[in-house]
Amino acid sequence: MTGPGSEWLDDEAGPIVRSYALTRGRARPAAGEGFDMITIVSTAARPRSGSPGIGPEHLDILEMCVQPQPVAEIAARMKLPLVVVRVLLGDLLHHRLITATRPPQESPLSKERLLREVLHGLQAL
Amino acid sequence: MVSKPSENAGPGEDSAPAAPVAVKILVAGGFGVGKTTLVGAVSEIRPLQTEELLTDRSVGVDDTEGIEQKTTTTVAMDFGRITIRDGLVLYLFGTPGQDRFWFMWDELSYGALGAVVLADTRRLADCFPAVDYFENRGLPFVIGVNCFDDGYDYTTEEIRDALDLRPDTPVVLCDVRERASGKEVLTTLVKHLLSIHEAQNPAGATAG
Repeated sequence: MTGPGSEWLDDEAGPIVRSYALTRGRARPAAGEGFDMITIVSTAARPRSGSPGIGPEHLDILEMCVQPQPVAEIAARMKLPLVVVRVLLGDLLHHRLITATRPPQESPLSKERLLREVLHGLQAL
Repeated sequence: MVSKPSENAGPGEDSAPAAPVAVKILVAGGFGVGKTTLVGAVSEIRPLQTEELLTDRSVGVDDTEGIEQKTTTTVAMDFGRITIRDGLVLYLFGTPGQDRFWFMWDELSYGALGAVVLADTRRLADCFPAVDYFENRGLPFVIGVNCFDDGYDYTTEEIRDALDLRPDTPVVLCDVRERASGKEVLTTLVKHLLSIHEAQNPAGATAG
């Protein structure tokens, strides 16, 4: 950003638009989904132009999640607090624009296989 | 296919690339013990940071009655990523150091495979809360003793005694700046998880 006064606007000064404005005052997602840090979000559809309630940040998330991403990475890349990202994701889920894949609830057998895979992966580092 | 991910809302499975399976391991310990350094040493990306906004409502539930002004705090968490294979990704989350953010630990530990508790021999007591927390929660962990140059030399047995650990909890001496050392801590944890798993699920369920 350039122009007069821009010296006040940097990362250290914080965001220009406050979190509650992005979420329109909401602190919890609308859909009954908790969005764990490692829940994987995938873009399922693009909104029709002028969809009500879909803002630029929603579109940024949709753009990002064409390549499926976990909630934590979305928040980190958007530089937005998790609570805000969860609300935005709730909107997108409500509009069926994303799918959310929760971390696997493993059966004992697949848990063991998972651990072995992780071990081999780490050993190969 | 490693798992059937829990069902999700909405269509689109055919068009989008298959969602990877993500698992997580926590890295805990006192302030300044090297959590982010460990994450950075083994992560394939420069550690990313997420922030959680807290209001006093989330920090304490019992004594905020009648307090009019709302305070807001941010808690930063660093995390890194290791791609285990195509479609399986391990995330390492550094837990917030301050004790008053326990509720965040609850969220972080939910579904976690296990944890690394980093200890600094100069300030061993700093890792007591993490040890207590994971023991109470039943989340398996290993102790990584980060060997600072000016730290005292202790044996792993002395550390084990000082922390009053259960006999099977592994203690590893490490230098979190070294990738190989960080890798050893993590593999020790996963081997520990496997041995717990095998003890809990005997009877030939092991086909590998």
